[in-house]
Amino acid sequence: MSGVSPDLRSRFSGMSSINFVLILVVAAIVLSSINSVAPSLGQLADGLPSMINLLDRMWPPNTDANFLTRVGMRLVETFQIALAGAAIGIALSLPIGWLAAKKVSPIGPASWLVKAIISLLRTIPDLVWALLFVVTVGLGAVAGTMTIVVDTIGFCGRFFAEAMEDADKEPQEALAAIGANKVSILMGGILPDAAPSMINTALFALEKAVRSSVVLGLVGAGGIGQELKAAFDLFQYKNASAIILVIFVIVLVMEFITDWLRSKLQ
Amino acid sequence: MLHTPLADTKDVAIATSALKKQYKNGQFPVLKGVNLTIRHGERVALIGSNGSGKSTLLKCLIGLHAVNEGSVQTLGETFGSMPTAAQRAQLRKQTGFVFQKHCLVKRHSVLSNVVHGMLGLPGSWRAFTQATAPSRWRAKAMSALEDVNLADRARSRADALSGGQQQRVAIARAIVRGPRLIIADEPAASLDPVSGSEVMQLFSEFAQARGITLLFTSHDMDHAAAYSDRIVALKNGQILFDKASREVSDQDLRDTFQ
Ligand SMILES: Nc1ncnc2c1ncn2[C@@H]1O[C@H](COP(=O)(O)OP(=O)(O)O)[C@@H](O)[C@H]1O
Ligand SMILES: [Mg+2]
Repeated sequence: MSGVSPDLRSRFSGMSSINFVLILVVAAIVLSSINSVAPSLGQLADGLPSMINLLDRMWPPNTDANFLTRVGMRLVETFQIALAGAAIGIALSLPIGWLAAKKVSPIGPASWLVKAIISLLRTIPDLVWALLFVVTVGLGAVAGTMTIVVDTIGFCGRFFAEAMEDADKEPQEALAAIGANKVSILMGGILPDAAPSMINTALFALEKAVRSSVVLGLVGAGGIGQELKAAFDLFQYKNASAIILVIFVIVLVMEFITDWLRSKLQ
Repeated sequence: MLHTPLADTKDVAIATSALKKQYKNGQFPVLKGVNLTIRHGERVALIGSNGSGKSTLLKCLIGLHAVNEGSVQTLGETFGSMPTAAQRAQLRKQTGFVFQKHCLVKRHSVLSNVVHGMLGLPGSWRAFTQATAPSRWRAKAMSALEDVNLADRARSRADALSGGQQQRVAIARAIVRGPRLIIADEPAASLDPVSGSEVMQLFSEFAQARGITLLFTSHDMDHAAAYSDRIVALKNGQILFDKASREVSDQDLRDTFQ
């Protein structure tokens, strides 16, 4: 046919029957998933009244001074968990990222092993870590802090390693020729070049830590989430709404602060 | 006998005998028996077409790459394939290096980059920035910067300088620990002609004034002729000619590059 350009025809014939079958299979999986777990219109309609009812019972938020003081203390604890966890995690990520960085690592090809461990830390969700730590060190803020540490290493370890891998090679080779050892090359050649990207990563980690520290309390790992869970468990919906509003405000404030820091550091 | 005895070792800065080098993943040897002797205080230009093995030879001389056969003697240290750790430390202490452009740490200050020249010396773990380095090293770095006329830029970030200025910083870094030998691989490549000549002139005058041995590679024949006492040409893994710079003819150059 002269109507179909050879280019187009080759593109059509480029789709092999295997690809076609694969696309069909993927489409079937997506559709059946929607069918089995997504809410149907009927379910949405049924749920709507109880949703409205819940909102009604949540309003107005509790502004009792004693209650707000308690929430304030929990908030401070939340920030402590986030700050301590992120700070320790970032500090540990420096050597771990270095060990994991290809071509830069002092342990050579074994760096992939460190990278694999970092991936493992990252793949397990923070609530699962929190549950593990609650079981091992008990309920409370320590479990929360440990969770944030692990989570931060999973995140910063990877991006620190990548930043170090991307650092300019020529200056590093020059320093090596001068006789610098691995640590001096790291301090004098790699870190100065990787610093902007690493600081950016660290700020994201801090932001992430605040977000996760808010929910860790749901599994008993300290912070304001614990208060939120108690409020729901005891049907104190006006308390719950106050806490949710407070959480909303801190997450916004935190984003604002880290954005501002990032723009300052550009 | 591994290598032929040299006339008088005391005068000799660098001597190789029957030096052979083949990279592990290479199909043929890069250097096929190079015999080169350089006396103290000589300024020698190494020329040759791309891939003729100039950089490889420089790296073998200072023990950055292993030699397959033959031997190397640099600043009194004689070694077969690789220098021992102690020999290498001796070599590094007395040798300054300058490479092509882009070899400075961009985000560090000019002064910190010069202080880096101290890395590898005993106690030099503090030399990764000027701020942490001992003050006498900072002072030495400042005087090296004066030697290359950049003392007023000491606090600037390295990447704020022009290409020619950056290479002068690299020279300051190479001379900061008072080397007896300077090895420079294409120090003027990728600079514009004017700053290229400035850099070469600085180098050559500095080496001459202090009696430092200078071995540099260049693909600019005007540079090679103007800033050296001797020109050594590499071709097909061997020395094609080795003569006083003023005796090198156009025919010699044609033979080298054709
Ligand atoms: N690290 C290396 N591994 C393998 N081959 C190399 C390596 N460095 C250089 N070579 C090869 O050795 C030859 C000489 O290279 P080089 O010494 O850089 O030449 P020049 O500096 O004269 O341009 C080239 O063919 C190059 O591809
Ligand atoms: Mg080269």
